[in-house]
Amino acid sequence: MIEIKNINKSFGEKQVLHDVSITFHRRKINLIIGASGSGKSVLTKCIVGLHEVDSGNIEYDGRDFTHMNFNQRKSIRKEIGMLFQGSALFDSLSVEENVKFPLQMYTKMTEEEILDRVNFCLNRVELINVNHLYPAELSGGMQKRVGIARAMALNPKYLFCDEPNSGLDPQTGIVIDNLIREITEEYNMTTIVITHDMNSVMETGDHITFIHKGKKWWEGNRKEILKTDNQELCDFVYASRIMKKFKNL
Amino acid sequence: MLTTFYNIGNYFLLLGKVFKKPDNFKMYWRQIVHEMVSLGLGSLGLISIISVFMGAVVTLQTVSAIDSPLIPLYTVGYATRQSFILELAPTIMCLILAGKVGSNISSEIGTMRITEQIDALEIMGVNSASYLIFPKIIASLFTIPIIVIYSMFLGIIGGYIVGAYSDMLTIEDYLYGIRWDFKTFDVIYALIKTLFFAFVITSIPSYHGYYVRGGALEIGKSSTKSVVYSSITILIVNYILTQLLLI
Repeated sequence: MIEIKNINKSFGEKQVLHDVSITFHRRKINLIIGASGSGKSVLTKCIVGLHEVDSGNIEYDGRDFTHMNFNQRKSIRKEIGMLFQGSALFDSLSVEENVKFPLQMYTKMTEEEILDRVNFCLNRVELINVNHLYPAELSGGMQKRVGIARAMALNPKYLFCDEPNSGLDPQTGIVIDNLIREITEEYNMTTIVITHDMNSVMETGDHITFIHKGKKWWEGNRKEILKTDNQELCDFVYASRIMKKFKNL
Repeated sequence: MLTTFYNIGNYFLLLGKVFKKPDNFKMYWRQIVHEMVSLGLGSLGLISIISVFMGAVVTLQTVSAIDSPLIPLYTVGYATRQSFILELAPTIMCLILAGKVGSNISSEIGTMRITEQIDALEIMGVNSASYLIFPKIIASLFTIPIIVIYSMFLGIIGGYIVGAYSDMLTIEDYLYGIRWDFKTFDVIYALIKTLFFAFVITSIPSYHGYYVRGGALEIGKSSTKSVVYSSITILIVNYILTQLLLI
C-alpha cells in the first residue's frame, strides 16, 4: 500500500499540486486520471522521488519515503518497477540486456540464473525470440512489453505505469492492460497507472483518482465513475461523442 | 552572468554526484571498457588523417619559411617535432576531439534524458550521473593520452613523408632534426595537458547533456554549447598549464 498525505508541489511560483492525499491499495490497479497539465505526471514523479515534494508525506507500506536520503530510498526503489510512456528502454542495449540490467546491478545471481529470469519475464509478457533485438527494431507494443518485463525483473512490490496505452492501437492497448492486471494480481503488487484512455479506465479501474487543477477532485471505482455528477469529471469522461451517446442510453 | 555562475556551480555539484562510490564495480568496468572502445577506436581514423596531413603541412611550411642558408635544414624536423609534441597533438587534437566526442556525448546523454532513460535509471535506484558519466571520464583519461601520443607519432611521420618524397629537404636532415635537443619533459608536459583536456572533453558535454530539457532542438543546442564551452575551457586550461609548467 502507498499512502500520500497532503502533498504540495510548486515549480517557481506555480503551484502544481495542492494538498493531495490518496491511498493506493495492494493487489489493485489504482488509476490516476486527468486532463493534460492537471498535475498527474508530477504527482507520480513525486511519489517515486523524481521530484521532491514541498510538503506532505509519502509512505510505502508505512515507510516514510519523503524524509529518506538517497541510499535509504535505494532500498525502496529496488521494490519499484516503472513502465514509462515511451518505454524508456536503453537503446544501446538489446532486449535481453535491458531486462538483465536491474538483475546485474542489484542481485548476486549467476549469469545462468539471470538468463533464466530474463527468459521467464520475457515469456510472461509473451515475447519470444526477441532477446537479441534492439529497442529500435521493435514495435511500440513490443517495446511496452519489454518495459513491463524489465519492470518486473526484480519482482517489485510497486508498479508504476505512465500512460501504458499511449501510441498503441486499441487491441494492443487491451493486451497491455490485461498484462498489467494479471501481473498485479499474480505478484500481489500495488499498481498505479496514469492514463487518459477511457477504455483502460473502464477495463481496469479498481480505484480511480481524478486530478483536476492539481487537486484531488474525485475518487471512486469504474462503476461509480459512470454515475458521477461531478461536472469536471463528466467533462473529462464524456468528452468524446461516443461516450456522450453512451451516457444518454 | 548569473547563469554562468549557476552553470559552474551546477557543474561541480554534478561532479560531486559523478564521483560517488559506484553501486556495482563490475557493471562500471564493463561501461568503462565499452567507452574506451567507443572513444578510442572511434576517433583513430580521423586523428590519423589529420595528424599525417598536419605533419606534412607543418614540414612544408617550415621548409618554405627558411630563406637563410645560415639556418640548418634539420631545424625543419626540430620544428615539426616541437610543434606536434607541445601544441598540435595535445591541444589541436583535443579541440578536434571536443567537437567529435563532445557532441556525441552531449547528444547521447541528452537523448537519454528526454526519452526518460535517465529517469528509468533513477527509479531503479541507480546513481544515473555516476553510471553514465564516470565511465566516460575514466575511459577518456586512459584513451585520449594514447590518441595524443599516436597523433605525435603520425604527425612526425607526415613530415617524414614530405622529406622522403620531395627535394626540399633530405630524410637525414629531417631525422637528425626530430632527435635534436629532445627533452622528455616536453612529452610529460603534453601528457599532463592532455589529462586535463580529456577531463574537460567528457565532463562538460556530459553536463550539458545531463541537464537538457525539451526535445530534439534542445539536444542540438546543448550539443553545440558543449563543443563551444569545452573548446574555450581547453584553450584557457592550456594557457594556465603552459604558464605553470613551462615558464
